[in-house]
Amino acid sequence: MTTTIQTRFDLLTFWYQLKSNYLLQKIAQAIFVIWFVASVTFFVVRAMPGNAVDILIQDLTLAGVSPEDALNQASLLVGLDLNKPVYLQYTDYLINVVRGDFGNSYKSQGLKVSELIVQVLPWTLFSVGLSLIITFTLGIALGAIMAYNHDTWIDHLLSNIAATLDAVSPYLIGLLAILLIGVTWKWVPITDMRGAMSPGMQPEFSFEFIADIFIHVRVLLLVYVLSSIGSWMLQMKSSTIATLGEDYVTVARARGLPDSRILTAYVGRNATLPLFTRLAISIGFVVGGSVLLETLFTYRGVGFLLAKALSDRDYPIMQGVFLIITISVVFANLFADFVYGWLDPRIRISGGEG
Amino acid sequence: MNFTDSLANIGRQLVKSFKLLRRNTMGSVGFVIIVGVILLSFVGPYFWPAEQSANVDDINAGISLKHPLGADFQGQDNLIKVINGGRDIVTIAFVTGVTATLIAVVVGATSAFIGGRVDDFIMGLVNIWLTIPKFPLLAVLATVLKLNDVVTLSLLMALLDWPGLARQVRSQVLSLKRRDYVEAAIMLDLGTPHIVSRELLPNMMSFIAIATINTMTFAIYQQTGLVFLGIVPYSSANWGVMISAAERRGVLYNPQAMWSIVAPIGAIVLFQLGLVSFARSLDEIFNPRLRTSV
Repeated sequence: MTTTIQTRFDLLTFWYQLKSNYLLQKIAQAIFVIWFVASVTFFVVRAMPGNAVDILIQDLTLAGVSPEDALNQASLLVGLDLNKPVYLQYTDYLINVVRGDFGNSYKSQGLKVSELIVQVLPWTLFSVGLSLIITFTLGIALGAIMAYNHDTWIDHLLSNIAATLDAVSPYLIGLLAILLIGVTWKWVPITDMRGAMSPGMQPEFSFEFIADIFIHVRVLLLVYVLSSIGSWMLQMKSSTIATLGEDYVTVARARGLPDSRILTAYVGRNATLPLFTRLAISIGFVVGGSVLLETLFTYRGVGFLLAKALSDRDYPIMQGVFLIITISVVFANLFADFVYGWLDPRIRISGGEG
Repeated sequence: MNFTDSLANIGRQLVKSFKLLRRNTMGSVGFVIIVGVILLSFVGPYFWPAEQSANVDDINAGISLKHPLGADFQGQDNLIKVINGGRDIVTIAFVTGVTATLIAVVVGATSAFIGGRVDDFIMGLVNIWLTIPKFPLLAVLATVLKLNDVVTLSLLMALLDWPGLARQVRSQVLSLKRRDYVEAAIMLDLGTPHIVSRELLPNMMSFIAIATINTMTFAIYQQTGLVFLGIVPYSSANWGVMISAAERRGVLYNPQAMWSIVAPIGAIVLFQLGLVSFARSLDEIFNPRLRTSV
């Protein structure tokens, strides 16, 4: 009797601790999102009427395979025992996902989806990660410059550029980049724009290899930065203008603190904070754009693999890549949340709704 | 009575906005572009119907009086193709923008008004939704569902795009609810319809319009992207289809034929820029404080 009360009490305190601890709360949320997305993809690809697996079995039977053999072949491809009831398939599927097993490709027989993903993932992490860092720092710097020179020609010029870049789709910026930089002006040879490295180059830790991958990523990187920097600049500008009007900035000025200190410790830090809450949307936007841009630049990353799987109707790859993309975005957000909590103690203590 | 009242009020506001718009250069340019694109796309095809046959003599022709924007790989005039290819894009933009905004305003305002656990629950779902990358999800769903017509595609995009907007609407309503004049209206017991239509909505109009326009430009981006990936079929010749058809023929690397890809890109960029410059000026039109001080 006392022990049950004891454990219940422990669970309750654990629950309250979980609710009040910012980091634990964020981790729990991240796990929930991944479970949710995994379940939705399972439902869409496998459990819906007329779903992809049923169609695969149908195709196999139409091709002359006996129904039982078709079921067995499909089971092998999907990596699940399709003779089992759907709810058992679902639990098996979740276990497989945790193990990193996403079944086999339909089109390239015998290739494991997880191996395909491991081959392409580093390229996307490299290009998208680098572009996010560049965009974030450059966007914050330019936004602050705009705010400090509010209503001068610099501000008007940069604001108009930012609004224009914000309006035009990343995919169109990519097309225009190839058209202008590669073909019309011939600034960058077209062979440098295609692929992630020169043909015949072996991944190794050498200067040549590293120089080569930077040469191949530069135009793609430029397009990523151009397509998402506009919104960062405009956000940072309005956020900085709002911060400049705060009392503590006026007080800091009255105390005669040097401008550089006011700029970094008082204005910069506080003006950057609201931007972190927008990071989630921005990361999703860049990763979403990578599906189109990697295809356009034949950069063999995750987006390229997804685009290929979509046009081949290769469902196991589609499912696996979509999950990996979501998991990467969720982890990137988790990281951003940690940095946010570290920069702003108020968030950590009050549990998110500060 | 309340309803006609608020309609008249919105009408009066619109007239006032047009007067203000005339004074705002960037906004009027944007407005003219939007109206021009809509007119050309919906009325233009009656004057310049799509060409049905190929013209062998004019394949990849450059700019001339006969072909102001050149001709494509079949020798068909690019300008006529652009005029005939706008209807889908404009429809997608408006259907997606309006539907997503409607859902967002209803959900966001409800969440803010009810508050408490319902609010926590809705916002929890919205925050989770925001971390899922939208374009890959849309691409996967559009592939599995095999969408064929423009309106269904727009509705699917609206279903995926509303949560971010709903979060913004909610925080707007929450901050407006605390303003003195709204609290006074609540205290005077003027009734929810009055408070929503006379006190809250007019103050949120510019914000809602801007959010709608942003959703519209995003919808255009997603549609052209889906066409490029070959997920949405080539059934009609809209700007997105023109771009990917030209891209597949290697037009990008053939300076002679460049105009058949530059023309549709230009049309989309012009429309998106028109929408965004109009949205930026809306803020000044609806917000008198910005007009006078900044």
